[in-house]
Amino acid sequence: MKACAFEYERPRDVSDALKVLSSEGAKVAAGMQSLGPMLNLRVVQPRLLVDIRRLEELRTIREEGDTLALGACVTHAEIEDGRVPGATGAFLQKVASRIAYRAVRNRGTIGGSLAHADPAADWPSALALLGGIAIVAGPSGRREIPLERFVTGLFSTDLASDEIVVLLKLQKLGAKARFGWWKFCRKAGEFAQAIGGVLEDRERGVARAVIGATAGAPFVEAGNRRLFEKPDLDQCLAAADKAGLGADLYSRRLHAVALQRAIAEAQRR
Amino acid sequence: MKRVALTVNGRRVEAEVEPRTSLADYLREREGLTGTNLGCEHGVCGACTLEIDGAPARSCITFAVACEGASVRTIEGFADDPVMEALRQAFTAEHALQCGYCTPGMLVTARDIVTRLPDADAARIRLELSGNLCRCTGYVGIVNAIQVVLKDRGTGGASR
Repeated sequence: MKACAFEYERPRDVSDALKVLSSEGAKVAAGMQSLGPMLNLRVVQPRLLVDIRRLEELRTIREEGDTLALGACVTHAEIEDGRVPGATGAFLQKVASRIAYRAVRNRGTIGGSLAHADPAADWPSALALLGGIAIVAGPSGRREIPLERFVTGLFSTDLASDEIVVLLKLQKLGAKARFGWWKFCRKAGEFAQAIGGVLEDRERGVARAVIGATAGAPFVEAGNRRLFEKPDLDQCLAAADKAGLGADLYSRRLHAVALQRAIAEAQRR
Repeated sequence: MKRVALTVNGRRVEAEVEPRTSLADYLREREGLTGTNLGCEHGVCGACTLEIDGAPARSCITFAVACEGASVRTIEGFADDPVMEALRQAFTAEHALQCGYCTPGMLVTARDIVTRLPDADAARIRLELSGNLCRCTGYVGIVNAIQVVLKDRGTGGASR
C-alpha cells in the first residue's frame, strides 16, 4: 500500500510542464484523488510525476461573452461552494456536491477527473451532457476537443500522453434552463453504478440526456424533446438500449431509472 | 530526494523527502506526529484526514513533496481550538469512540461540518461523514456528538 519510487517535478507554467512531460514515463498529476490511490495500489508506476495542480493558468474561473472559461485545476469543492456563476454554475454545483467526500472534493480537480475518464466518475458524463470544448496544450501548440467526444472509452480519451488539459469552455445556460442529475451508488460518496442526467435550455435549443457509468464512454442523446415531457420508463429503457446496456437486465434497468429520476428532478425545477 | 518546506501545526519545517512518501508517513515518521492514523492507504476510510491550508484532505494519498508551501494541521494542532475542545467533550459524553482509531479523522471532518455547515441536521451530518469509516460505534454516538455541538452553538443539529 505504498507507492513505488517515482520522480517528481512541479513546473512553473504550462510550457515548462510540457517540456518535462515529453520525457519517457512521465505522467501528469493534478488533485491526485484517483492517481494517489492508484499509485499506492501500484496499479500505475510512472517514472516521473508532473504536478500541475497549482499552475495559475489552470486555476482560472472567468466569463467570456457567451461562455464560461474554467481552468482544469479548479476543484470540486470550489464548484460546490458556488464559485462558478449563473445557471451553468448551478448545474456544475449540483454535480460537484455529490462527488465522493468533502476531503476528496477539496483536492480533486474537474480537468483531472475528465482526463482520467473513469466511467463511474461524474465529470466525464456531466461535461458530455453540458457540451463545450476542452483547450488542451501539447508540444505542437494548443487544440480544441469537443467535450462530447473527449472521452472515447473506458479510461480512454482523445488526449495524448504529452498533452495537458488547460481550460474548459462551457456554454452559459439561460436562467430558465432545467436540469436533473441522478446517480445510484452502493454507499454515499462511492463511485456510481449508474448515472442519468438531463439538460434542457429552450432559449438555446438545448435538449440533451446522458447515460453514464457504463462500460465505456458516456452515451449522449440530443434533440429528443419527448424525453422531457414526462419521466417515462419505457423511453428511458429505450435510451439505455441505445447506450448499449441491453445485455445486462439489471444494469439496463438501473440506468433507465437513473435517467427517469433525473427527468423527474428537472421537471420539479 | 526532494527538498520540501511547509508549515506543520504552525511550525516551519524543511526536509529532504522521497517523492513517494505520503504526507501521513512523513508526519508520523519524521515529525513524530502519530495522531494521524493510516487505515486503508487508498483514500477510502478517512482515518488519515487532516487539514491542508484550512481544508480537510486525505494524507495517505497526498504526497509530502506536493505540500511545498502548504500549511498542514494535524489532530495535535487542534489542542487549543475551541470548536475541537467542544467536539472532544461531546465525543466523550456521547460515547462516540471505542477503539479510537478513526477518531482523529472523525474529529477533523466533524469540525469541518460544524464550521462549514452550521445548519446541518442529522441527515446532513451522516452524508458528510460518509467518507469516514468507523467499525466500532455504528455512528450513532458520533452523529449525536456533532448534533450536540451544533445545538450548543445555537445553529443546527436538528434530528430531522
